[in-house]
Amino acid sequence: MSKRIALVGMPNTGKSTLFNRLTGAGARVGNWPGLTVELLSAKLLLGDSMVELVDLPGLHNLHGFSEDERVARHFIETQPVNGLLVVLNATQLERQLALVLQLKALGLPMLLVLNMADEAASRGIRIQVETLSASLGLPISLVSAKHGQGVPELRQALTAWLRQYPTPITAQARVLAEDDNIEHTLDTLLAQTVHVPPVLSPSHTDRLDHFLLHPWLGLPLFLLIMLGVFQVVYGLGTPLQDGLGWLLDALKTRWLAPAISGLPAWAISFLLEGLYDGIGTVMTFLPIIVVFFLAMAVVEDSGYLARAAFLMDALMSRMGLDGRAFVLQLMGFGCNVPAMMGARVIRSRAQRILTMMTIPFSLCSARLQVFLFFTTAVFSPRAAPWVLFSLYVISFAVTFLTAWIWRGRARKGADPLLMELPPYRLPTVSVLARQSLRESGHFLRQAGGFIILGVALVWFLTHFPLGAAPASPATLAGRLAGWMEPIFSPLGIDQLLSIALLFGFVAKEVVIGALAVIYGAGGDQLSGILAQRLDWIQAYSFMLFTLVYTPCLSALATLRREAGGSRYMWASLVWSLGIAWLLSFAFYQTARALTQ
Amino acid sequence: MTKFCSLNTVPAGRCYIIMRIDADADLSARMRALGLQPGRRIQVMRRSPFHGPIQVRSGQTDIIIRRADAAAIHVRPCDPNIEHSPANEPECN
Repeated sequence: MSKRIALVGMPNTGKSTLFNRLTGAGARVGNWPGLTVELLSAKLLLGDSMVELVDLPGLHNLHGFSEDERVARHFIETQPVNGLLVVLNATQLERQLALVLQLKALGLPMLLVLNMADEAASRGIRIQVETLSASLGLPISLVSAKHGQGVPELRQALTAWLRQYPTPITAQARVLAEDDNIEHTLDTLLAQTVHVPPVLSPSHTDRLDHFLLHPWLGLPLFLLIMLGVFQVVYGLGTPLQDGLGWLLDALKTRWLAPAISGLPAWAISFLLEGLYDGIGTVMTFLPIIVVFFLAMAVVEDSGYLARAAFLMDALMSRMGLDGRAFVLQLMGFGCNVPAMMGARVIRSRAQRILTMMTIPFSLCSARLQVFLFFTTAVFSPRAAPWVLFSLYVISFAVTFLTAWIWRGRARKGADPLLMELPPYRLPTVSVLARQSLRESGHFLRQAGGFIILGVALVWFLTHFPLGAAPASPATLAGRLAGWMEPIFSPLGIDQLLSIALLFGFVAKEVVIGALAVIYGAGGDQLSGILAQRLDWIQAYSFMLFTLVYTPCLSALATLRREAGGSRYMWASLVWSLGIAWLLSFAFYQTARALTQ
Repeated sequence: MTKFCSLNTVPAGRCYIIMRIDADADLSARMRALGLQPGRRIQVMRRSPFHGPIQVRSGQTDIIIRRADAAAIHVRPCDPNIEHSPANEPECN
């Protein structure tokens, strides 16, 4: 019989870190019957049995009203489990124990994990673990998920615990309306078991916050930090990218080309100029993506994002959004899809939908590739980081404009903003390594599916009929581009570039691969061709259009699913195409007029 | 009924005790989950610029809350070194 444990805890307890510690990198996202959302789960071997560990969304309260809390509660109430593994932040027991008491009423076996035990000790918080365990009647393990202390012991405890409860059971889904009772129990329990020093000495967090949340320095420092992140990404990633590009090119000329020289000409063209150049050029971005996600993980894990919400809320509230929407915008720098799913924490439907409508304008890593390629090819190394930064600024400007125009109902039914400001934490190397490993895995899988298909299709369109010169007006792609010319020529985007944009609709990762196939050149060669054919105005106009023009296919599908209807998906599509065209048109025509 | 101060009006850096919360069921449940409930000692840490949210510390937890929502939390000052007893509380000002 299959065994299943649900991992439960409040946000900011290190629940995901513990999940990763216990399961390694083998997590997968699964669908659950009756749930519209996906939950992360992984198999782990405990003793002699395979156990499925399901990571439930963080919840503050079983009575919570947020989408995440509902999901977690629904799972606990409907899915049979062998037990709940409840993660608590040892530094905040005074409010986290209430959740334990609520969960206890469900009648499921429970094992408590006090995470960040080391941090609690260093803050002078003393916990009588034996007394606590005895009063609650629950086993307790102390761990530091971040550093891995106590994790082997936890595994042993879990194994023994599972032997006690070998059969999955379903929770007693009685209504848990006994909050008063729980609070009384809680106060007694706290007084007996947790000693908190009455006045905390000013911690590192307070000293840092003095500057980072300063009324006047806070926002400039935020911009400086983000600019620093891009400089790091650019400075570290680009040389690595060049190296990988050189390697792929060498492989092609020394090994691949001679190996397939016996094949017919069209097959060689398909394999070398289609698949290899297309995929290879996309692949050279892997180092940059890894560095990018590393840098974002540092910002995210440090607890700084919640500070960004604090600083930006005043501005965001004027547009019907709140500080959380700003944080989701930053998360969208990686990929828009999880950021949209993150909007579930916003309870007001109008505000949630408005937030989801703005997220596609967040400059995701797929678009970052296109911009890195173009800025490196067309702009000087000194100008390039600033060009990139300007695109991030524009991405925010379009976000704000969208929110401002569509704010309507969201502004009236404002959702109260109430969120925790976690203490600053230094991310550990192993957490970061795992994070970037997972992101690169995601990137490679994308490359494996969408991009191979995309570049193969682009090759076919640009090389069929076979006699015609590749990508010339006689080919299918040429004809398609001819039809689209009246739309794109006022933007300074030529026919060949417009073909690449067409494929970018599927996934923006395809754009560079498609260009490689269209021009029949990869890597450095392609940069050279672009530099020759485009001046900076055309290149920037193309980048503006790429930034705004349409959410990719998966983002649209997510929007449709999360907003519960295709209305918002179509609205988002039409709105972004319209605004992209206007923006590029205004930029291109003004810049041309000024430089003439 | 005694008049208490609203949390959005009190200065930063001083200790206060929550006396009453006038919010709907949803919001007060969320406040409670984050440790904001009658009887708890809290302290306003800072306010964000342009009339943005305020940062409040309750026990070991820092919370950000908008001023409009903080207005629902009624507090009175406390002296952090003396145990809370309603008899010798200073008047709210």
